[in-house]
Amino acid sequence: MMNLTKATILIGALALSACTNPDRFGGTGTGNNPGTIALENADQLTGINDVTSPEYFTQAIGDRVFFEVDQVTLTAAARATLDGQAQWLIGNVDYLAIIEGHADEQGTREYNIALGDRRANAVRDYLVSKGVPASRLRTLSYGKERPVATCSDESCYSQNRRAVTVISVASIG
Amino acid sequence: MKPVLSVLILAMAALFASGLSAPGLKAQEPLRIEITEGVIEPLPFAIPMFVAETAGASDVARDITGLVSADLTGTGLFREIPASAHISQVATFAQPVAYADWRAINAQALIIGAVSVNGSQLVVKFRLYDVFSGEELGDGLQFAGTTDGWRRIAHKVSDAVYSRITGEGGYFDSRIVFVSETGPKDNRLKRLAIMDYDGANVQFLTDSGALVLAPRFSPTGDRVLYTSYESGFPRINVLDVASVGRRQLPTAEGSMAFTPRFSRDGGQVIYSLSNGGNTDIWRTDLASGQHTQLTNAPSIETAPSLSPDGSRIVFESDRSGTQQLYIMSANGGEPTRISFGEGRYGSPVWSPRGDLIAFTKQNAGRFHIGVMRTDGSEERLLTASFLDEGPTWAPNGRVLMFTRETQGASGGPRLYSVDISGRNLRQLPLSGFASDPSWGPLQQ
Repeated sequence: MMNLTKATILIGALALSACTNPDRFGGTGTGNNPGTIALENADQLTGINDVTSPEYFTQAIGDRVFFEVDQVTLTAAARATLDGQAQWLIGNVDYLAIIEGHADEQGTREYNIALGDRRANAVRDYLVSKGVPASRLRTLSYGKERPVATCSDESCYSQNRRAVTVISVASIG
Repeated sequence: MKPVLSVLILAMAALFASGLSAPGLKAQEPLRIEITEGVIEPLPFAIPMFVAETAGASDVARDITGLVSADLTGTGLFREIPASAHISQVATFAQPVAYADWRAINAQALIIGAVSVNGSQLVVKFRLYDVFSGEELGDGLQFAGTTDGWRRIAHKVSDAVYSRITGEGGYFDSRIVFVSETGPKDNRLKRLAIMDYDGANVQFLTDSGALVLAPRFSPTGDRVLYTSYESGFPRINVLDVASVGRRQLPTAEGSMAFTPRFSRDGGQVIYSLSNGGNTDIWRTDLASGQHTQLTNAPSIETAPSLSPDGSRIVFESDRSGTQQLYIMSANGGEPTRISFGEGRYGSPVWSPRGDLIAFTKQNAGRFHIGVMRTDGSEERLLTASFLDEGPTWAPNGRVLMFTRETQGASGGPRLYSVDISGRNLRQLPLSGFASDPSWGPLQQ
């Protein structure tokens, strides 16, 4: 029922006909656990071998980039990942992307939402600069509301300061 | 919540005031607590069990007496002298007060009450006495309501007692809207909830289907603004407390809208709006639907809070390089920075009295709740922990409630209150995790 609700919300918001990861608004990492996708979609277990598949995007290219404390600057590693994302998005025009910005728990709730928004837009701007049409990208921020790692030290914080590019199938072919 | 309550000032007739003052006693200060002094020694009071004036009223009389005592002692300003120490017994509401017996046990204030129940109708009356001057403090009051609203009536009694002794408004008959949290840290479910100021009568206002953040009461407590991810993206919702009906607030165009607050008249909403990675402060007029941009800077401007007279807005901005507090006209314009201490400042909230700004401060790996004057002077930090944030003011501007989150994978948020002297830090007795409190007005 939870997944149904979330999928309904997503469709309503984005006019999408399908969603590769109906759990993307769930708490378990907002659609950024590739293992979950593979297990939930048994018929796509081989998807990672298909370079046009979302699984390939998520796992082989990498759906996320990481940031330094209170920073929105893209590191060299982040730019390399995003170059791959841009290339994939340009080559797979049937997909849209929502870029989700996140912060670690060090900071007030509202500031972290604004900070995550900056991070999501840093990724968006980079993808656009590499030729991805802006019309296929949307951004939002979860601030510190959706940690993927739960400890309270840098080993977890560094995983939570992230922007995740979540792929969805476009509604009209 | 049942509509309340009628209030009746008891006639002076049944009084016995004159002639009972106490010659020979040394002169006493008037019964008064100056809260700003930061009370160290709580004022001792006696509250004999309220007299049950009808058959079957004794249980609710005991409950009400206990709750009035809990309200008063919970402030840290009062200390109850236990009934076991009482010399004088109170058998009827009208019997003369044996001041000498109360002086002997050093009760400075004495609260006498009576309760009657007829069907579902509940009537509570009380009188407050200044024991050492031997006089009644204010008139007796009578409250009428229903038996299931007994907690509200008790809080009304407490508010009257508190107000008479401190000279400040009370805050006991008020409610808190907050976010109730369940589930593990990496799968937290959040829903809006409302409760009495003391954590009683928790009711949920939304389900946990969508992430919700930072509810804010309207000035009259009838509506709540909050941030919801129901649409997939952060938007501002308006919820009617009585019907629990909700709708999305039309804002100016942007990718995210958050941190809403009502204007003092409830007719406008100020909030943060993000566009292209930049967050600024906007205002929307609810009647006309007109949107006005109040800040326009490439930095993060967020967390706006209006002054009580509606003329100014305090907010946070990182235009200097780190989060700091600024004040500007309610119509925008050049802001003035007011925070200059070490660390970062966020989530400012203007006191309902207008005199202070409460804020969250982050410095050297710790979080604090603090207050400063509106010009930034006299900064005082009231708390310190791994993560304190999001203060909200009691209706009388003397107490703050906030979120304190413990660290680690099993950590979570709880609600705490502290008075503005930094004393009387208390955790609200809620069973689960809770965050983002917003303290509503005194109920009518």
